Amino acid sequence: MTMLSVAGVHTFYGNIEALRGVDIEVGEGEIVTLIGANGAGKSTLLMTICGNPAAARGQIAFAGENITAMPTFEIVRRGIAQSPEGRRIFPRMSVLENLQMGATTAPPEHFGADLEQAFTLFPILKARKDQRAGTLSGGEQQMLAIARALMSRPRLLLLDEPSLGLAPLVVRQIFDTLKRINAEQGMTIFLVEQNAYHALKLAHRGYVMVNGRITLSGSGADLLAMPEVRAAYLEGGH
Amino acid sequence: MRTSSGNAIGVNSGFDFLAALKEAGMAAGVALALSFTIIGMRTTGQQGGLGVEFRWNAVAIAVVLVFIGRFLLVLWRQRAKPLASADRDRMMDRVGAMVQHWSKYLGAALFAGAVAIPLIWSDNRYVVDVSTLVLTYIMLGWGLNIVVGLAGLLDLGYVAFYAVGAYSYALIALHFGWSFWICLPLAGILAASFGVLLGFPVLRLRGDYLAIVTLGFGEIIRIILLNWYSFTKGPDGLSGIPRPSFFGLEFTRSPDDGVTAFHEFFNIEYSSVHRVIFLYYIILALALLTNFFTLRIRKLPVGRAWEALREDEIACRSLGINPTNTKLTAFAIGAMFAGFAGSFFATRQGFISPESFNFGESAVILAIVVLGGMGSQVGVVLAAVVLIGGTELFRELALYRMLAFGILMVAIMVWRPRGLLAHREPTLLLGSATERTGGDR
Repeated sequence: MTMLSVAGVHTFYGNIEALRGVDIEVGEGEIVTLIGANGAGKSTLLMTICGNPAAARGQIAFAGENITAMPTFEIVRRGIAQSPEGRRIFPRMSVLENLQMGATTAPPEHFGADLEQAFTLFPILKARKDQRAGTLSGGEQQMLAIARALMSRPRLLLLDEPSLGLAPLVVRQIFDTLKRINAEQGMTIFLVEQNAYHALKLAHRGYVMVNGRITLSGSGADLLAMPEVRAAYLEGGH
Repeated sequence: MRTSSGNAIGVNSGFDFLAALKEAGMAAGVALALSFTIIGMRTTGQQGGLGVEFRWNAVAIAVVLVFIGRFLLVLWRQRAKPLASADRDRMMDRVGAMVQHWSKYLGAALFAGAVAIPLIWSDNRYVVDVSTLVLTYIMLGWGLNIVVGLAGLLDLGYVAFYAVGAYSYALIALHFGWSFWICLPLAGILAASFGVLLGFPVLRLRGDYLAIVTLGFGEIIRIILLNWYSFTKGPDGLSGIPRPSFFGLEFTRSPDDGVTAFHEFFNIEYSSVHRVIFLYYIILALALLTNFFTLRIRKLPVGRAWEALREDEIACRSLGINPTNTKLTAFAIGAMFAGFAGSFFATRQGFISPESFNFGESAVILAIVVLGGMGSQVGVVLAAVVLIGGTELFRELALYRMLAFGILMVAIMVWRPRGLLAHREPTLLLGSATERTGGDR
């Protein structure tokens, strides 16, 4: 079943066309990644899915429902959670309060169990639960952002560059956890990444975006093997 | 580069008189430019019009005073090597954290003190009156703290809701003769609906723009009250506003037929202080209600959403929070408490006019919230006691009272720019709280 379908979407920032007719499909239970260079429009696509900015043309459907013109909070309440670009945790609130904010749209009776699950996935957050989120390290903040997104019990998890600015070891740890979330909970994940090697290794399928258009698509392994992908995103160290 | 490090060495070994002279000279120059017209010229009434009197000796005294003062200040600074501002901030943060830590006991002590004031000074009407005034501002501060401190919406027209509450009570009581206790919730509801009315179109604005619009709204309400003569009696104000009763017992010496007076019922000598003390306890109860409500709601989803919204609106949207509704609740609830305080004000004064609801009031309430430390309940109490109690205390200084007010504000802004107590405790703790939260940076 198709969880998310993006069809012919155009997005503008003023006169600048950031997305020029993007088509993407994410099936239920899949990990799909979108790779591309800086400024290709990857983050814009994620934000357009969440309705901010709204798509100028085209259609976005979530689980068969048209969500193109909905306000962000309505889209999120339908079961899409986002770990946004730059993490955007609440720095002056404690880790626990951040997680609680993530559970805003979830039924309150699940809070205890969901919290336990988040702490199982990211044990470091349990040790830091009463600490102000702004005092966490970058990796811990990223884990908090993902855990906070999961607290809303989403059906689709959108991640914007979870590896940005993190040490390779931490990146591996986070990607292992994502794999685990997908395998154990059957969570559908749509992942935007510049770290093409890790992302394609993890994902079932991938898309490559250049200048607001999808230029290549295929299984993660196929894309990893393609010479043009290797030349543009992988050679020269990863 | 070289010269500046050379200066630093000079400072260590003693006084750098040249630098001090230079700075003092500059300060004196500024003082001269300012005092030239402000102090140096004075208009006097003469026959056939205005005349100007020149007072150059006063200017000279001012300039010399500034020169000497600045010179000594610079020398003192060279000697004292004051704490780096980061050190000072850390020290004050520790104090803030300590106050927060002890706030349970501090709160209990303040509460006990507040209850005891009219008992101790039962024969001193002045003390009880000033305390009532301070408590009114504490309540307004706590109410505005919901809007500004928690939700982060800068509201410069808070006094409008105070006015709505006051006029609601006064008009309903005068026209329909309803009792204070029925009108109080009505005034709150009316003020809250004005909050929604204003908030709905305005809350999509942010920061400075929101501040300007709320400022305008405050003035609009005041000007309507001033000009709608048939309804509000305009600048004449409303007088003869009924006083509240104590479970149907009036505070009058000789009550109307069929009404029992307070002193008759309890069989005590009539005293006009009874009502003053009664009013004091009403505002104390109202203020405590505001505080209790705020402390509770901070732990509920909507209260936490306010704080999250203040920190990051985009993140809030992506978590499924409807920012407009969330802000609107903060605005309406803050307005409701202002409405309560307003009807209390009307019943205490017995007379209200638009004069009492000018922008200065909004500014004072906002100053209490900001100087107390945004979002800190104890901070609001401290700031209200210092600002309102302080200005009352200095009433004998007459003209210089506002000067003291200004100096106080500047001092707080210099030494404590984030407010007296700007330390935030988490609202939710699992199991035993660790000491880590103390690491406020």
